[in-house]
Amino acid sequence: MARPKKILNDPSKTVEESQEGLELAGHGDLMRVPGSTGIVRTSIPDGKVAFLIGGGSGHEPLFSGFVGRNLADGASCGEVFAAPSPDVTLATVKAIHRGRGVLCMHGNYAGDNMNFDMAAELARDEGIEMRTLRVMDDVASAPPERAEERRGIAGDIYVIKIAGGAAAEYDSLDEAYRIAAKARDNVRTMAVAVSAGSIPETGERTFELADDEIEIGMGGHGEPGVAREKLMTADRLADRMMAAILGDLPFRAGDEVALLINNLGATTMMELLIVNRRVRRILDDAGIKVYRTDLGTWLTVQEMAGFSITLLRLDDELKHYLDLPAKGFGSVSF
Amino acid sequence: MAREMLEAVCVRVIENVDVLTAADQAIGDGDHGVAMRRGFAAALEQLKADSSQSVEAMFKSVGAAVLSKAGGAAGAVFGTLFRSGAAVLGGREFDAGAFASFLEQGLEGVEKRGGARPGQKTMVDALAPAAEAARKTQADGLIAATRAAAEAAKRGVESTKTMVATAGKAKTLGERSLGHPDPGAVSVSLILDAIRDYAAKS
Repeated sequence: MARPKKILNDPSKTVEESQEGLELAGHGDLMRVPGSTGIVRTSIPDGKVAFLIGGGSGHEPLFSGFVGRNLADGASCGEVFAAPSPDVTLATVKAIHRGRGVLCMHGNYAGDNMNFDMAAELARDEGIEMRTLRVMDDVASAPPERAEERRGIAGDIYVIKIAGGAAAEYDSLDEAYRIAAKARDNVRTMAVAVSAGSIPETGERTFELADDEIEIGMGGHGEPGVAREKLMTADRLADRMMAAILGDLPFRAGDEVALLINNLGATTMMELLIVNRRVRRILDDAGIKVYRTDLGTWLTVQEMAGFSITLLRLDDELKHYLDLPAKGFGSVSF
Repeated sequence: MAREMLEAVCVRVIENVDVLTAADQAIGDGDHGVAMRRGFAAALEQLKADSSQSVEAMFKSVGAAVLSKAGGAAGAVFGTLFRSGAAVLGGREFDAGAFASFLEQGLEGVEKRGGARPGQKTMVDALAPAAEAARKTQADGLIAATRAAAEAAKRGVESTKTMVATAGKAKTLGERSLGHPDPGAVSVSLILDAIRDYAAKS
């Protein structure tokens, strides 16, 4: 495959420079945490339950793009594909805390778990209550009996929207956590990669795929997935992925779901639409009603080509939070 | 002396960024090398900036710089190694006993923070045997202990090739992780090689 070509300056300053650009593009809505790589809203009401998200950079629009109205109050951003260190998270926590504690959400990865745990300890030492939720929606990364080992991928998006709304509407950290946890417990995702992305600092792709190969169950950082197969039709791929997702929760006839199909970086909307056609047919045949569809580019792995399918099983409470208008940066408006 | 040794450790990691990148590309996402370089470059800067620190403070400052600047699992684990290990170095000379205690205390800190145990194909599989080897050869002096630790770490790296990862980013690979060493274990080996080489020279 051709060598990656990116539009950068000094690759080691990628996060710093992109955050400078983001702050400017926000026209006053967003700011960088001074001396750190956190991004926070410029106006957070006193007494609000603060909602923090975070993880490695390189997944834009996740995480910094989800800072905004009825979404997160702040994002703690690490280097590309690396969890933010405890000092970055602590600085971001302090910038958004308004006296009612902090709800924190991140993906379930060893690096994120360790760093966010350390940050929570530091926050507690400073008298800030922080309750942390790990998203683990990737059905390909571990079997149901070891679900606590699963990676967090595009399920993050629905958890963020629901938690963001709950944190905006409730003045109880515990209530906001309860609702966010319910979303987390009812969301399942599977991803497929068609070609790998690359890390700006190394200029290297995160894995190699032959021209006719795909990687099913690929990880959220481009780490190699569970099975390498030959390229197949969109319908066969959707059948395969949906079988794994539906059988996992399991989703049943009569369930109502929100459906999110996510472009992992370089896949076109046209392809997502073709996948959606088959996914809707499968759900119809399964007697599962689709309450809403969110097709787009939500969580990327740099220029990886591929997509993921996310289903969130709904009840009235979760529907309420999904219905709230949410506005982050740029195209994050849903 | 401890300062020069720690500087040598930082330099060794920085010089080997490509080795660590390659190891991580095989079974991870390829960023272990640049993460370690970020962390240890920051640590090197800290060491050069402050000439007044005690041995314990220097190890702690290396740990803090790595934790802060490497980021990710590498930062958390290697930062914890130096910070936890530093706690046993207060008011003492960096001799073989101190070295063994540093490794043991660092190992305990890392296992508590990350939850990994030997056999899961992580840096623990190089660090645990190294700590044991250092303690066993402590009576023979620093040069012998650092050599034994480095050797044990190298064997630990080799042993990770035969393991299926059950922790970290490689754990979803299943059998595909076989045949490849764990990048964190390779880092441990580099660090101990640098300590061995420094001890042998001074």
